[in-house]
Amino acid sequence: MTVVVDRATGKRRGSRAPRPGPLQRVKRAYQKYWYAYAMTAPVVVVLGVLVLYPLLRGIYLTFTDATSLNSARTIGVNHIDATYEFIGLDNYADILWGPTAYDRFWSHFIWTIVWTALCVLLHYVIGLGLALLLNQKLKGRTFYRLILVLPWAVPTFVTVFGWRFMLADGGIINSMLDAVHLPSPLWLEDTFWQRTAAIMVNTWCGVPFMMVSLLGGLQSIDPVLYEAAEMDGANAWQRFRNVTLPGLQSVSSTVVLLGVIWTFNQFAIIFLLFGDTAPDAQILVTWAYYLGFGQQPRDYAQSAAYGVLLLSILIVFTSVYRRWLARNEQQLAI
Amino acid sequence: MSTTTVKTPPPVDGAPTGTAPAGKGPRRGERSRAGALTSHGILSVASLIALFPIAWLIYLSLGPDKDDYLHPGGILGKMTFDNYTFVLQHTPFFDWLWSTLVVSLGTTVIGVLVAATTGYAVSRMRFPGYKKFMWVLLVTQMFPVAVLMVPMYEILSELQLIDNYFGLILVYCSTAVPYCAWLLKGYFDTIPFEIDEAGRVDGLSPFGTFARLILPLAKPGLAVAAFYSFITAFGEVAFASTFMLSDTKYTFAVGLQSFVSEHDAQRNLMAATAVLVAIPVSAFFYLVQKNLVTGLTAGGTKG
Repeated sequence: MTVVVDRATGKRRGSRAPRPGPLQRVKRAYQKYWYAYAMTAPVVVVLGVLVLYPLLRGIYLTFTDATSLNSARTIGVNHIDATYEFIGLDNYADILWGPTAYDRFWSHFIWTIVWTALCVLLHYVIGLGLALLLNQKLKGRTFYRLILVLPWAVPTFVTVFGWRFMLADGGIINSMLDAVHLPSPLWLEDTFWQRTAAIMVNTWCGVPFMMVSLLGGLQSIDPVLYEAAEMDGANAWQRFRNVTLPGLQSVSSTVVLLGVIWTFNQFAIIFLLFGDTAPDAQILVTWAYYLGFGQQPRDYAQSAAYGVLLLSILIVFTSVYRRWLARNEQQLAI
Repeated sequence: MSTTTVKTPPPVDGAPTGTAPAGKGPRRGERSRAGALTSHGILSVASLIALFPIAWLIYLSLGPDKDDYLHPGGILGKMTFDNYTFVLQHTPFFDWLWSTLVVSLGTTVIGVLVAATTGYAVSRMRFPGYKKFMWVLLVTQMFPVAVLMVPMYEILSELQLIDNYFGLILVYCSTAVPYCAWLLKGYFDTIPFEIDEAGRVDGLSPFGTFARLILPLAKPGLAVAAFYSFITAFGEVAFASTFMLSDTKYTFAVGLQSFVSEHDAQRNLMAATAVLVAIPVSAFFYLVQKNLVTGLTAGGTKG
């Protein structure tokens, strides 16, 4: 791969005469990679302006006591300048080990980890099961596939409203549970059931992506491998264990990483399912939003600090995950 | 490729395929009747679960009264399209449609335009800083809404861009641009490098190769990136509900919530609007869905 690349860029470089001078090496490097830098420039500029600058500003905010009461604002025609002050690491200290640290941060942290782990596990297992079923010769499998993709096709905010109708106290789910004489939980009011409902809805929304990705992975496994395994007398489980799973490795590690990131940051489902009514079912992302925009006065500094903490958690997780993959001689498809 | 009818082997009473001696039993890929029945059973149940919430939403949207969702049986006798006509005539539905389209299409166009050359560069060239750059692209995928929300809010209000379509487009570009670059890299990777070489031999510059040879070949990939950024912007909730203040500028994701306030919940209208939004988007999704996954996992499946 790299060879081709070098040949590609080398053409142009070779056609220019080398220039003398002390900066020759820098210039050469510049000439050699000029195209690459020019081509990536637009994204670099956009990321710098739209991501890096706000990020740095957000990080600065986390060291202040900014709220909606002391930030710059305009009331009518009067412009009031910001009056917040630099307070160092106090926000982080308060979040992580302040007097309310457990109620505010750690309880949500634990629930977020449980939520992410359970959701991704359910996504993966159900997705893989359905992909295996769809990967066999079966009448009407195209039809099944089309229907099973449906939850992915419908915008999340629509499906969540649909689920809210179903989960409401007198909604269809409780009516059905009633009909078979099972207890009908308060899905949208009781903390445990709120959490269960959130996991249910998120699983429903997330399985199709896993299913389709893994189906793609399954179809790219060479059938010859299965035939060889069968010749060697491997039974169905052994074929699954030794041919299917290794064949799926690259796709699996990618979709699991994406799944973890997406689920950890899943905002819409919990926000739309409960609004402000479920303080204990909030994951860190929705909780950070609540601090910054869902209450009065808005606590900008703490919300930003939560954001930075969340991002750090994900970056650490991804680095560890990639290193773990590399140690097992696997690669991410990224 | 889907339905090559397989001659069903004589039923083996649910014995899994591998147990019979090689060559005599059913071949791999063929199933015993019981196995096929089980598969059909599981897939049917799964399909039902996938289908039901949406079907239910459509059914509820036909009930005229706002509390009909609690007595679904009653809807059968009085089905009507009144909710739909009401939504189209007496609510800001078309305002919301306009906002949603402006914001989503704006994000899509900027995202794809800006990201295309970058996707090509990271697919073909190994320049110093390449690894760090890819890492940055990956990290921007994991930005939680909370991390940029507060500073973005500050910056946009300084620039007077709160409650402004352009402001929201800028915000979405912060996720759409790296996203598109990443997707497009995956797609460009699947285009043979020999094509680039041929172009270079014929005297094209890297830009020329990209514009004349690769871009036309990459149309499906560009379409996937465009569609992905479109639905991402279309369905975004957090920024849209915080940065858009006037109810005529709501996107659908926000407007739909406004049917349920503390005092009044017009659930029937909400259901009808949800259906009106979901049907065209889902239809469009089905048209492109085959290409969607390749976009995300192209590198993965090709090894």
